[in-house]
Amino acid sequence: MTAGGDTAIRARGLTKRFGELTAVDALDLDVPRARIYGFLGPNGSGKSTTIRMLCGLLTPTAGEARVLGIDLPADARELKPRIGYMTQRFSLYAELSVLENLEFIADVYAVARRTRQARIDELLERYAFTDRRRQLAGTLSGGQRQRLALACAVLHKPELLLLDEPTSAVDPKSRRDFWADLFELANAGTTILVSTHYMDEAERCHRLAILDRGRKVADGTPAELQRSTGMHVIEVLADDAVAAQHALVGDARIASVTQLGVRLRVLLPEALDAPVALVEQRLGDAGIDAEVRPVTPSLEDVFVAVTLPQSDRIAA
Amino acid sequence: MNALIRLLAVMRKEFLQLRRDRITFGMIVGIPVIQILLFGYAINFDVRNLEAAVADQANSHLSRQYLDALAQTQVVRIAHRADTPEALEDMLRRGEISVGIYVPAGFDRRLADPLRPAAHLLVDGADPTILGIVNRLRAMPFATDGTTATILPAAFEVRPYYNPEGRTAVNVVPGLIGIILTLTMMLFTAVAIVREREHGNLELLINTPVSTTQLMVGKIVPYILIGLVQLALIVAVGKLLFDVPVRGSLADLYVAAAAFIAANLALGLFLSTIAASQFQAMQLTFFILLPSILLSGFVFPFDGMPAFARWIGEVLPTTHFIRMTRGIMLREASVAELWPELVALLVFALLALTLAVRRFSRRLD
Repeated sequence: MTAGGDTAIRARGLTKRFGELTAVDALDLDVPRARIYGFLGPNGSGKSTTIRMLCGLLTPTAGEARVLGIDLPADARELKPRIGYMTQRFSLYAELSVLENLEFIADVYAVARRTRQARIDELLERYAFTDRRRQLAGTLSGGQRQRLALACAVLHKPELLLLDEPTSAVDPKSRRDFWADLFELANAGTTILVSTHYMDEAERCHRLAILDRGRKVADGTPAELQRSTGMHVIEVLADDAVAAQHALVGDARIASVTQLGVRLRVLLPEALDAPVALVEQRLGDAGIDAEVRPVTPSLEDVFVAVTLPQSDRIAA
Repeated sequence: MNALIRLLAVMRKEFLQLRRDRITFGMIVGIPVIQILLFGYAINFDVRNLEAAVADQANSHLSRQYLDALAQTQVVRIAHRADTPEALEDMLRRGEISVGIYVPAGFDRRLADPLRPAAHLLVDGADPTILGIVNRLRAMPFATDGTTATILPAAFEVRPYYNPEGRTAVNVVPGLIGIILTLTMMLFTAVAIVREREHGNLELLINTPVSTTQLMVGKIVPYILIGLVQLALIVAVGKLLFDVPVRGSLADLYVAAAAFIAANLALGLFLSTIAASQFQAMQLTFFILLPSILLSGFVFPFDGMPAFARWIGEVLPTTHFIRMTRGIMLREASVAELWPELVALLVFALLALTLAVRRFSRRLD
């Protein structure tokens, strides 16, 4: 294993400012090797900017990053042959066929002639393109494009894969297949850094960092994050969910109320005693009949809890 | 070795993209052929048959002979009659005629007096070309013994080399090769980098080990071949339709063209690193194209231009190339004799390519 030991990416105080806007704010990051590490956050939270800094496309305003033992941005060139990068937007050539795109990428990475054809055949097979090898990339469906982009990104067997919202425009079935591919790669020893705004995808990651407006607000394994929300999570089942929500939001002790169909998920600070009683009392005062029970926090609850505006958390 | 594989990969990709892009592929053949047909027929400096009207107030034997001699030159075509010079002026103003011929009543008598003009030519002088042509009529020696008028032989005999019939096409087509190649070649590469950026390909590409030089050279080489195909087309159409000769060696012409095409492609790539969108790239191309047409010696004789215009002209690749095409095609000159022009083009190509490589950023910020 190369210098850097079991850590593929180590960043300290990584910051990127675009004029007045701070896109990424003093980010510390430790990504272990051969794991899938997720960036969870809404649009504009700094996921893409961070990934671009980690592959040398953007120069950090401050802070340092060491990727696969290479210092960035100084030695970015050395890093290129060892990473695979998948952009948010489809960035292969639409007017080239599946096979031609793969051949182009193989040559650009100077994959040895002896192994080139075998590797391309292997990928065509693995990503189910054998029958579509002559099809122009521009005519592929969203899911197929993502698979082709992944095939191209892993063609030269990179140690590290950086995937920027790879499934943002893909149907659920294709997303599941795509993640199966990622696990296979991680099991084979590839480190994967993937950004997403889907909770179900975040749940699959070995480790996770939640980003909010350029800051890392939480990180750990999904289970760790769910254990340490610092919140009671109460589920409320009411006939009139909207009225129940109105009855609850006014209370300063209640951190957040989110409606999920006929159910409400209510977050209250952990320091508060008897949260169920508090909720029941609020609802009773408003004359609302509801079923109230404590539940284990989901990743969605974690996300809501850590991205609460600062003022709400103080009030709580 | 790896560098060569990468270079070939970029070239192959460019060829494939080009082959799939039908409109661009059509433009490669269409633009040169249409342009040479348009310009070859339209640009004509041998002005003939200018519409003219006559007000002949003398109406004498001599004045009629004089007008016949004028008509024989074929410079003017006497299509209208008028009674007074004022009527001629009216027709001139309305744009019905380019030349008005006024023969005053005392024509016979005035003809004998060398100090007074015998007749007047009223010319729409807004167009200097027309004015220049009509001025030649003024110099037409015209003698009379009192009863008959004859056109005298000139003092100098002009012997036009290389284009004895004085056909414009012979001069225009070699220059047109330069203009057409400037337009198509520069445009192709000017949009090249910008298009990859707009389509998102560039973000992927700059994250691979492919070097900027490999990328730039790989984009240029396929288009050099295309430029040479265009050259063959223009030369063939020029020969078949306009009888424009290639008196020098065809190989020399190709050497000159290869250097010129490389210079334009490199310039296009450089523009591509400046432009933020394909539209801007096109605007920049036309910003270069216009001086290439006007200051390269294509339209106006180079030596006749003011000094600062010649300096600008010297910087433009088209100027040097047109000197070479005219030299090789018309004057049977060899590339070796025209070496300063070739050197100028090669230096330009190298400089533009270096600038393009240096300006090209492998980062997004």
